[in-house]
Amino acid sequence: MNKIKSNRLKDTAFKYTGISATLSGIVILLIFIGNILIEGVARIDWEFLTNLPSRRAAKAGILTAWTGTAWILGLTAIIAIPIGVAAGIYLQEYGKKNRFARIVELNIANLAGVPSIIYGLLGLEIFVRVLAFGGSLLAGAFTLALLILPIIIVATREALKAVPSSLREASFGMGATKWQTIWYQVLPAAKGGILTGIILALSRAVGETAPLIVIGALAYVPFVPDSPMDEFTVLPIQIFNWVSRPQEAFLVNSAAAIIILLIITFVMNGIAVFLRNKWQKKVSW
Amino acid sequence: MKPIEAKNVNVFYGENHVLKDVSLTIKENSVTAFIGPSGCGKSTFLRTLNRMNDYIEGFRLKGKVYINGKDIYERKVRVEELRRKVGMVFQKPNPFPKSIYDNVAYGLKIHGITDKMEINEIVEKSLKQAALWGEVKDKLSKPALSLSGGQQQRLCIARTLAVKPSIILMDEPASALDPISTAKIEELIHELKEKYTIVIVTHNMQQAARVSDKTAFFYLGDLVEYEKTSEIFTNPKNKQTENYITGRFG
Repeated sequence: MNKIKSNRLKDTAFKYTGISATLSGIVILLIFIGNILIEGVARIDWEFLTNLPSRRAAKAGILTAWTGTAWILGLTAIIAIPIGVAAGIYLQEYGKKNRFARIVELNIANLAGVPSIIYGLLGLEIFVRVLAFGGSLLAGAFTLALLILPIIIVATREALKAVPSSLREASFGMGATKWQTIWYQVLPAAKGGILTGIILALSRAVGETAPLIVIGALAYVPFVPDSPMDEFTVLPIQIFNWVSRPQEAFLVNSAAAIIILLIITFVMNGIAVFLRNKWQKKVSW
Repeated sequence: MKPIEAKNVNVFYGENHVLKDVSLTIKENSVTAFIGPSGCGKSTFLRTLNRMNDYIEGFRLKGKVYINGKDIYERKVRVEELRRKVGMVFQKPNPFPKSIYDNVAYGLKIHGITDKMEINEIVEKSLKQAALWGEVKDKLSKPALSLSGGQQQRLCIARTLAVKPSIILMDEPASALDPISTAKIEELIHELKEKYTIVIVTHNMQQAARVSDKTAFFYLGDLVEYEKTSEIFTNPKNKQTENYITGRFG
């Protein structure tokens, strides 16, 4: 009898431990966001978005930073999506399941866990020096593309794996080739998962700072880039730069820029969740 | 020319010897039933007839399979062309997650037919042949997955008919369906037999007795007995066949 009582006590105790563990994460996040909002939201206005950087905090804006981020995002997507999706399709649908395939698979999973600064060093050597792209948008995009390739490949494979084999059999049974089956049946059924993975990978790229600093992205760029070979800065680097200044006014600027960066990543993650829900409902067997 | 002729077919999955020296011929415009307990090799044999086993890891085949006189395991055979001629209906209805119309039109699209009028015509004809036209003619653009299980299976049959096969393989086509839908499928098999050669795998012996002209009994990878259906069910020559059809094991 007493046993039951103590068991129930443990049960309740665990429940409240769980609740407080969950809440502590949320509360800390809310405090952080609230803090940033209080500090920075008043600083955000049209001028802040359209002004070039400046030595005077009140005049400084993030035009070059967010256009740089937009450029990087677009170029990285153009480079990483076709390669990542194609590699995922090959590994999942065409590749033989032999020892070599397992080694490749394991290595891709490992690559996803390599610290991003290592990718920065790789990008510095290959893209900046050997291919002589310099500290340009193109070098940054290629470096970030390398960084998110494993994520896209793994997401593509998982999405393809979730497509029931009865769908492939139905298509093969009609005399479709492998490519027709993949193109007309498997990819449409997997597009929700693939797109979700792509967006999450890109939102990771948006937040990366270290590899871009390594390849030589600048903190102070007084012009808006208009070609992939231009030098650039991005929002996280701008934020880093402002935070390290001693003046109070620049801290306010950095809080405002953080809000913009958070909005970008939240919107991207929101789109990913929306797409996942939308397409998951459609392809239920 | 026999539509289907198998000579000493042996199938292996890795080390497993799942079909042993199976030889049989199947006549045109007939229904042949493959019966036997689970794991006896009947489905495997059905799938060797349009090379659907090719994708299974470790699959090997020895012997010869001739479809319309041609050895289908020869190197130069194009499996896409083979599977167009030897259509297949699966155990669980598996329509594509697209519209009813697109399901039937898919086969035409992949085989390069682009004329809209021609496609419309074939879609209608195929759905009529599969006894589904009356139920779906007003909602061709609705998703195929909104149909009932029995309707989905008839849609799968229509989809197969659209690419003009001469042989149709059915792998337990009614095992996931209710009795009324099953009756409709069986009726359909009766009608289709006038134009097509049909091979059906079934667990249901009454079904084999009702729909087929000839029956093949498989057991542990052997083709034990292959006879006229009326003969096999009333006067089986083999003791194992008798035990199976009288329900002593299964």
